[in-house]
Amino acid sequence: MKLRQSITGWLFMIPFLIVVLAFLIAPLGYALYLSTQADTLVGGQEFVGFENYKFSLTDPIFLEGVKRVFIFGLIQIPIMLFLSTVGALVIDVVNTRLSRTFRLIAFMPYAVPGVVAALMWGFLYSESFGPFVGIVESLGAKDFNFFSLKVFIYSVSNIITWAWTGYNMIIIYSALQGLSREVYEAAIVDGATQIQIAIRVKLPAIKNAILLTTIFAIIGTMQIFTEPRILARYTNAVSNGYTPNIYSFNLAFAQSQFNYAAAVSFTLAIVVFVVTAIVLALTRRKGRVE
Amino acid sequence: MSLLTKNKKKHGYLAPHSNTANLVMILAIGYFLVPIVWVVVNSTKDNLQLFSTFSLWFGNEWHLMDNLKGLMTQDGGLYFTWMRNTAVYSIASAVGATIISSMAGYSLARFNFKGRSILEAGILAMVMVPATALVMPLYLMLSKINLVNTPWSVILPAMLSPFGAFLIRVYVQESIPEEILQAARIDRAGEFRIYWQIVLPMLRPALVTVFLFSLVSSWNNFFLPLVMLSENKYYPLTVGLQSWFAQASQEGGNSILFNLVIAGALIAIIPLIISFIFLQKYWQGGINAGSIK
Repeated sequence: MKLRQSITGWLFMIPFLIVVLAFLIAPLGYALYLSTQADTLVGGQEFVGFENYKFSLTDPIFLEGVKRVFIFGLIQIPIMLFLSTVGALVIDVVNTRLSRTFRLIAFMPYAVPGVVAALMWGFLYSESFGPFVGIVESLGAKDFNFFSLKVFIYSVSNIITWAWTGYNMIIIYSALQGLSREVYEAAIVDGATQIQIAIRVKLPAIKNAILLTTIFAIIGTMQIFTEPRILARYTNAVSNGYTPNIYSFNLAFAQSQFNYAAAVSFTLAIVVFVVTAIVLALTRRKGRVE
Repeated sequence: MSLLTKNKKKHGYLAPHSNTANLVMILAIGYFLVPIVWVVVNSTKDNLQLFSTFSLWFGNEWHLMDNLKGLMTQDGGLYFTWMRNTAVYSIASAVGATIISSMAGYSLARFNFKGRSILEAGILAMVMVPATALVMPLYLMLSKINLVNTPWSVILPAMLSPFGAFLIRVYVQESIPEEILQAARIDRAGEFRIYWQIVLPMLRPALVTVFLFSLVSSWNNFFLPLVMLSENKYYPLTVGLQSWFAQASQEGGNSILFNLVIAGALIAIIPLIISFIFLQKYWQGGINAGSIK
């Protein structure tokens, strides 16, 4: 009986394991292999150990891209998740036609491909197609440009905030809906206000959902590619290594440096892994202290 | 019972904050709708009006039909090839991902076997692997077996869904009691029949969720098809629209392609938005199962 269980269990896992092997482990392994090779002068490849990685860690273009997505994430993720959480707390207590409409419309950008979102916002940002330049300039700013070197990163973070706030709000809202009502009905009886309940009772209870959205946001941010790539037509802010992914793409497909591109991809995967692990460890420890 | 308490809650304590909350929600609705309104409004304009009329309101002429006609005929109807490609790629990978992760999730939740705990930890680790880091090595691998620039190169990798397996596992644990499976086994039902006839129907809400999320992620995917596909007859909408947009920007403002990019963007987002409106109950319920844990 036990053996039969074991065999059946594995049988059900097989298709999944095949896909994991073919499309996750094999490419990771291959990237690792490629990253330890380099072109030789006579043609062909030779083993160079960690040379490509050593190079990547001192490559100013790569490091600048990493730094950029880090700073981007440090600013954009907290703003987005703050908005998502506030929205979720509101629709958790207000149940009207307006709040249901809001819930649906806030989620809608999730169904819009990143390419289309970038195109639409690109048009909205542009001086000839969109209203915003005119609006900003009528407020007093002179020669405002959403695509200038300084402003562009905020223009991108607005697109990403637009796309993902509703999605994260729905995840947090679902967690709120899963809470047992008795917990905060006791607080109401004790005379707590809505805001007190939200901060003292609900927020701690949905910590895990917020953590989940944080981790997904980090993973997504480190991989930013689509928005800057589409909008590069309008701006000269998007350099060769604007984000690590854009860099790796250009290295591989514009410069044919596959070995170094593999090292960059692999380093990116490790950085994502380490950052999420750190976030998990920090939040776990915090939970224990409380 | 929860219905009762819910209703009580609705009336009890909300009134004081409602006005602020309503204002915030109205502003937010406006923000989320702006780009969509822009696309709808501007898909009715020709190139001249695009530049000359106020961008968030309709012009004095109506060119929606001309733009749609242009969309259908440009490059020999290429847009609808892209539309069909997108539908085929994303439905195929979503069906595959749903079946594969339902089997894996069911196995993890209800079978005891050696190595299971390693697999469970592995799945969580897999969720954290950035998908784009896999694309370049995958391209090189697939080019060796002549699979790049084929639909398979886009469909097969998208069947990988560790998060789907995780979601199904949680759902099985919460909603499929061990006793039902034992009863079926006593009746000598085969394991695959139990999965097919008992487990799958009970999993329906979770399956719809995994299906929808895989569908959206491949429908919206840009990086994978951009790398894998080189002939435009294989492009999905995302890569195709991008290529038109690149052409339009190169030719400057005179290009007819701007209208087509806008009309194309509008048509591209309609199917998913409509399915999300109709399937609201499912995706909300399904997310619920995943996030409580």
